[in-house]
Amino acid sequence: MIELKINGESRQFDGDGDMPLLWFLRDELALTGTKYGCGKGLCGSCTVHLNGQAVRSCVITMSAVSGSEVTTIEGLDAEGRHPLQIAWAKHDVPQCGYCQAGQIMQAASLLATNPKPDGEAISDAMRGVICRCGTYQRIESAIKSVAGGEA
Amino acid sequence: MSGHIQNLAPPFARKALAAELSRGVDQAVVRNVSRRDFLKAGGVLVVGVSLYAGGAAGTVARAATSGDSGQSDPWTPDVYVTVEADGTVRIISHRCEMGQGIKTSLPAVVADEMEADWERVVVEQATGDKKYGDQSTGGSLSVITFYQRMREAGASVRAMFEQAGAQHWEADVADCRAENHRVVHGPSGKSADFAELVHIASALSVPAADQLKLKTPEQYRYIGKELRGVDLEDIVQGKAVYGADVRLPGMKYAAIARPPVVLGKVKSFNADKAKAVAGVERVVELPAAQAPVAYKSLGGVAVIANNSWAALKARDLLEIEWDNGTNADYNSEAFKEELLNAVRQPGEAVRDEGDFDAAAADADKVLEAEYYAPHLNHMMMEPPVATASVTAEGCEIWAPTQDPQSLIPMAAEVTGLPPEKIRVNMTLCGGAFGRKGKGDYVDEAVRLSKEVGAPVRVQWSREDEVRHGYYHTVSAQHLAAALDDKGQVTGWRHRLAYPTIFSIFNPEATSPQTLELGLGALTLPYAIDSIRLEKGGVPAKVRIGWLRSVCAIFQSFGINVFTDEIARARGKDPLENLLELLGPDRTIDLTSFGMENKEGHPFETGRLRGVIELAAEKGGWGRELPAGHGLGIAAQYSFDSYAASVVEVAVSEDGRWSVPRVVMTVDCGQVVNLDRAVAQQEGAAIMGLGFVRHGRITAKDGRIEQGNFNNARVMRYGEHPKTEVHFVQNHLAPSGIGEPGVPPFAPALANAIFAATGKRFRELPIGSKV
Repeated sequence: MIELKINGESRQFDGDGDMPLLWFLRDELALTGTKYGCGKGLCGSCTVHLNGQAVRSCVITMSAVSGSEVTTIEGLDAEGRHPLQIAWAKHDVPQCGYCQAGQIMQAASLLATNPKPDGEAISDAMRGVICRCGTYQRIESAIKSVAGGEA
Repeated sequence: MSGHIQNLAPPFARKALAAELSRGVDQAVVRNVSRRDFLKAGGVLVVGVSLYAGGAAGTVARAATSGDSGQSDPWTPDVYVTVEADGTVRIISHRCEMGQGIKTSLPAVVADEMEADWERVVVEQATGDKKYGDQSTGGSLSVITFYQRMREAGASVRAMFEQAGAQHWEADVADCRAENHRVVHGPSGKSADFAELVHIASALSVPAADQLKLKTPEQYRYIGKELRGVDLEDIVQGKAVYGADVRLPGMKYAAIARPPVVLGKVKSFNADKAKAVAGVERVVELPAAQAPVAYKSLGGVAVIANNSWAALKARDLLEIEWDNGTNADYNSEAFKEELLNAVRQPGEAVRDEGDFDAAAADADKVLEAEYYAPHLNHMMMEPPVATASVTAEGCEIWAPTQDPQSLIPMAAEVTGLPPEKIRVNMTLCGGAFGRKGKGDYVDEAVRLSKEVGAPVRVQWSREDEVRHGYYHTVSAQHLAAALDDKGQVTGWRHRLAYPTIFSIFNPEATSPQTLELGLGALTLPYAIDSIRLEKGGVPAKVRIGWLRSVCAIFQSFGINVFTDEIARARGKDPLENLLELLGPDRTIDLTSFGMENKEGHPFETGRLRGVIELAAEKGGWGRELPAGHGLGIAAQYSFDSYAASVVEVAVSEDGRWSVPRVVMTVDCGQVVNLDRAVAQQEGAAIMGLGFVRHGRITAKDGRIEQGNFNNARVMRYGEHPKTEVHFVQNHLAPSGIGEPGVPPFAPALANAIFAATGKRFRELPIGSKV
């Protein structure tokens, strides 16, 4: 039996320990804000926080997250009003929107450890999350607006 | 064949073909319906409204509650509009939302004309239903086709509210005007909310289209302004519903091993290992695909499980022996030679003005160049996914789909159910770019649900989509220009060859069709005396599909890079050369190329010149640049719009290049939603940049060689340029914005690289180093 906390709630799992966390979130808990994009940790659409760090839930197995605290987009802020969520809306970042939970979770993890990242630090953090619609310019503006740079 | 194609043809093709049979939706009339035309049906009035002037394409049912049925019922004065008793306005978005913002933009047009307060508007996604007219979302056609219809819908409801106000105050309707969800009686200053008038308005007849007073541009409340997307808050909170977010009681999860080569078949398979995976319930073989592949299931072997992971894991454990069939001889390297051979000899002339051969014979110099562009894949973030629930009573589908109505006959055929028993629910698309207009993944879900007797969701992995997609075609082009002794361009010859999209509907189709050639090649707007366009023939060995901007991507690349080469050969500035070739402002008759002159959308070369000049001005053409930097320019008319790009490239000493800045200009007539229109151009720059840096899908022995984002690469954060977008401000009929921005980008970038380095690139992708 694997036990872990997801968005502050205790959860249990007794299935295949090789199952990536993504599918537990989506199929078992109906936390569908976390998206499947590649299954190989290459695109970042599935990004969640594992003990505060951004990770790709499509490649982290259930066995590996036993005893951990996981935060998904649904748990980032109780009201859905994390400063990055507000900034994302203000800058009207999303086009199709599919990758944006992953983008926000990645950016939130960055700002939690480095509240004033420079351009290079932002690039290093955000490079792993692909947006095929090409919203990068607005992602940049939204992050910088929260980090206190130019908006 | 024409009937077959019309049913299955791509969105842009279907529109053109349908236009031959009827007058088209954009000439829709909202017919004045007298009381006796109302059919009482259980307290609901059903009004027949012809969406097509010719009436051949069927009628649209409009329901309205009768005036005497009480004011608590919602009132539906138009198929797209319902007004609740509390004044809430529900507007149907019947097109597919895939990131382009149409779910916001078209409803905003309705709201604007009806003077609805956007805060009191609820936008609802339609199901797939012919009563909404065309729902096949592609070809940048949504606004072109439905702008006028939406304005008329809004204006007719506004007129009815104004009439209701007049009745309410026993006043002259000329003194009553709707204003932000109220009707105001001018002389008395009295006003009433829509909620107070809905019971009166609902008893009125729909005014005739020719009696409607549409707003003038200065009266627009939302059109041309910036509106936030209706799903924005849900998206940033992770609540928006995409294809895989639909859950049904008892739903099964499926993953499919598809034939690695198109039209391959299962020879034999062993599912023992797959069945040993916990959670796996069944293994089902799907019938093999047959030509034409159209939008049908590719066949293969499906694993049905009680969760996604078990299905995907077990699918990979299937041991299958394939019969790869005749497409197993497809090798991209060899096919490139076949394409180049095809354009190195005369093809079938599809445009021939003047006498190119004579111009070449008399020329001081004949410039020649060859261009090549590979297959591309859509690579939308959400891979194909669909859920279907088939019972004896009906079939319900939930899918991200650009073409919901195409799924109805498909599901009817698989299930044996009548079309009216098929319901298609449209989720948001996590990107589409043309891929989700082809419902092979839905066909799979319907077949499997019918087979297992439970709701089934089919989830494609990323590798599934990279290896079993519908690919943007692969092309070769040979361009030649005759220059006389004064340096004037006297002749232009363009030979091209590529597998046609129509091959998925007709396996015999081997050469590009007018709809494909019309995306840049046929429509070459240069004022050159002798112009010839020739097409060659090559077979299609994978499924060819339209991808955002379609053939304009490579045709614009060939034309605009060759134009830059002409400039260099003439010793002229590329901007000056481009404007000179474009010649005097004039209207180009598209019927002379076998195309259609769309009403309200003539091809005006002056508008192309306009975006070129705007791009040059905003991009600082001719300015001093740092060492290693270069500027390139390109322009393209496509999807009834005009677009230009000025790209600045920075090349480092080791040959690595980046794009610090790009200026995108567009003339699409009246901009509907400025914020989303800008976003589309920002995205177009990124997509164009990705095509130049990475875009390439290749086949070996009929199998696609790439599999995931590691080798089918797209642009990542940090590689993005500073993108500035400028629209030509006018109030002409609105045209496409989703696709026109992409085509000029790649050639402008290639031209910028030449300006910076003197190296000419004629093949895509260029890669990360030059």
